[in-house]
Amino acid sequence: MLSVENLVVSVGRGPDIVRGVSFGIEPGEILGLVGESGSGKSMTSLALMGLLPPKLGISAGQVVLDGADITHLAPHQRVRRKCGKVAMIFQEPMTSLNPVLRIGEQIEEAVRVHDPDADAPARARELLDMVRIPDAAHQLSAYPHQLSGGMRQRVMIAIALACRPQVLIADEPTTALDVTVQRQVLGLIRELCDSLHMGVLFITHDLGVVAQLADRVAVMYAGKLVETSDVGPLFRAPLHPYTAGLMACLPDPESDDPALATIPGAAPRPGDIPDGCPFAPRCDRAAAPCRSGPVPLAHGAPGQSARCHFPLNERASA
Amino acid sequence: MGRYVIRRTGAAIMTLIAASIVIFAFIHLIPGDPVYVMLGDGATPEQVAALRDRMGLDEPVVVQYLIWAGNALQGDLGQSIFFDTPVTQVIREGAETSILLALITMVWIVAFGVPVGILAAIRQGTVIDQGLSGLAMLLASVPTFWVGLYLILIFAAGLGWFPSSGYPSIFEEGGLANLRYLILPSLALAAPNAALILRLTRASMLDVAREDYVRTARAKGIAPSRVVLRHILRNALLAVVSAFGFTFAALISEAVVTETVFALPGVGRTVVQSILRRDYPVIQGVILIIVCMYLVINLAVDLSYRLLDPRVELE
Repeated sequence: MLSVENLVVSVGRGPDIVRGVSFGIEPGEILGLVGESGSGKSMTSLALMGLLPPKLGISAGQVVLDGADITHLAPHQRVRRKCGKVAMIFQEPMTSLNPVLRIGEQIEEAVRVHDPDADAPARARELLDMVRIPDAAHQLSAYPHQLSGGMRQRVMIAIALACRPQVLIADEPTTALDVTVQRQVLGLIRELCDSLHMGVLFITHDLGVVAQLADRVAVMYAGKLVETSDVGPLFRAPLHPYTAGLMACLPDPESDDPALATIPGAAPRPGDIPDGCPFAPRCDRAAAPCRSGPVPLAHGAPGQSARCHFPLNERASA
Repeated sequence: MGRYVIRRTGAAIMTLIAASIVIFAFIHLIPGDPVYVMLGDGATPEQVAALRDRMGLDEPVVVQYLIWAGNALQGDLGQSIFFDTPVTQVIREGAETSILLALITMVWIVAFGVPVGILAAIRQGTVIDQGLSGLAMLLASVPTFWVGLYLILIFAAGLGWFPSSGYPSIFEEGGLANLRYLILPSLALAAPNAALILRLTRASMLDVAREDYVRTARAKGIAPSRVVLRHILRNALLAVVSAFGFTFAALISEAVVTETVFALPGVGRTVVQSILRRDYPVIQGVILIIVCMYLVINLAVDLSYRLLDPRVELE
């Protein structure tokens, strides 16, 4: 339904930040996009929304939603063209709501843009009910500073749902929340995804969250997807050494060793990315072919593929 | 809200009391006998005795203050030494000019500073923005009297569009048309202040435009103009509104100069002349009234701030 083809995001005439990313999201599916800070996952999501900051632009590739090319359309242009909708919730619920407007006004504003004929206050109340905000009628007249972080993130979700989106982008929506609140919000996203038959692009650096929530996973490194897979095979048998490295970094409660594993070195910065496989300098499996030329696609379980010359299941494929 | 108003008003009253003590005391802080200070060295003993008696200078200082403050509360600010009329009357004669001048100036400041600041912010980095910001920088840097003199040179002496000086009351012959006498002075007075408001509006708009909630507003798909007006401007104005209090303070001091340049019969010129004439009761009276106005305006700014920003509630 949503398909992203070879998306490239660059800074003016400077380096590319997202370097040719392709993926698709089906209705009712949650795609987890995993990567370290600076890997380009947030820029990918802002590009899909048509909300890239000034000076950044999509220099190549295509974003297609329900057959319509929305690559270069800002949200208000998408409204005008009546094409499919992508909505987004952000990392910082504390600062993502306008402090001087009541919750109700902020939701109704979104309702009116997309449903000019709807009874906006009634629809706003319905949306608050959908995101499980207790006492919705009362909360509509509250200001953002009167709500907790979890409640504000629910309000953000309500605003996002106002346009009846085909795809919801959630950019680390629970990173700033307490663990218990985090679980509730994740549960809510799963539930809405199922009941509204909505695709979700869930961006996070937390593999634990991905394992719980996502149906499929895309792992991003230095502006490229290094591995794409259904969630089960990815955690059972990752193909790409980087994916395996990330998993090795998760704390193991069974282990007696108090030290956490790390991947040596640091992720390359945009403009400074080596030819060939960007992970090669940090990879203990890297050999001559990794350092030049395009990297072939390696396949693992059905639906699982990685950009790697020497995937971890090579015994199986060889 | 009620408690907030009471607390702010109480603070304003305390400030007023403190200010009135300073204003009252300054005549006693000047070295020498206040009577000789006022009358000069050539005063005759009869004049000295008469003034001493009239001002109650034989009473203890505290009693003198209480009498002065008590009279002031009843609208009696004493007698002008120079005119030998009540101070309130002297001030009233200049009040019309000064109040109208201040109002027209504020209109220029709001009508020019805010919209042009918005325009510069929306066109950030373009030639329009650079031109407007440069103009603002220039206007903010040039002294009021210099702007005033050039306005006179161009629009009064050169083009003859506006009168160069004086101001007949609008209650006299000419009626409201007499306001044209205040156009050039108010422009001179507005120039540096409008420039400051312009720069503040622009900076504040650009700050707010980077906020997360502006991105949320854009993500909703609402029109860009609505994002600017409802989400950016509304929040940016919080900073601008609080600047109006300072702007007013600047207006008061700059009005003294402007009224002198344009020979306007306003309170500012009265103060300058009273200082030269050592007419201390008038000076005290004017300063007291300016303090009151300043306090009222700042109180109004604080209260409107509370209306504009719901977060200011319980602090």
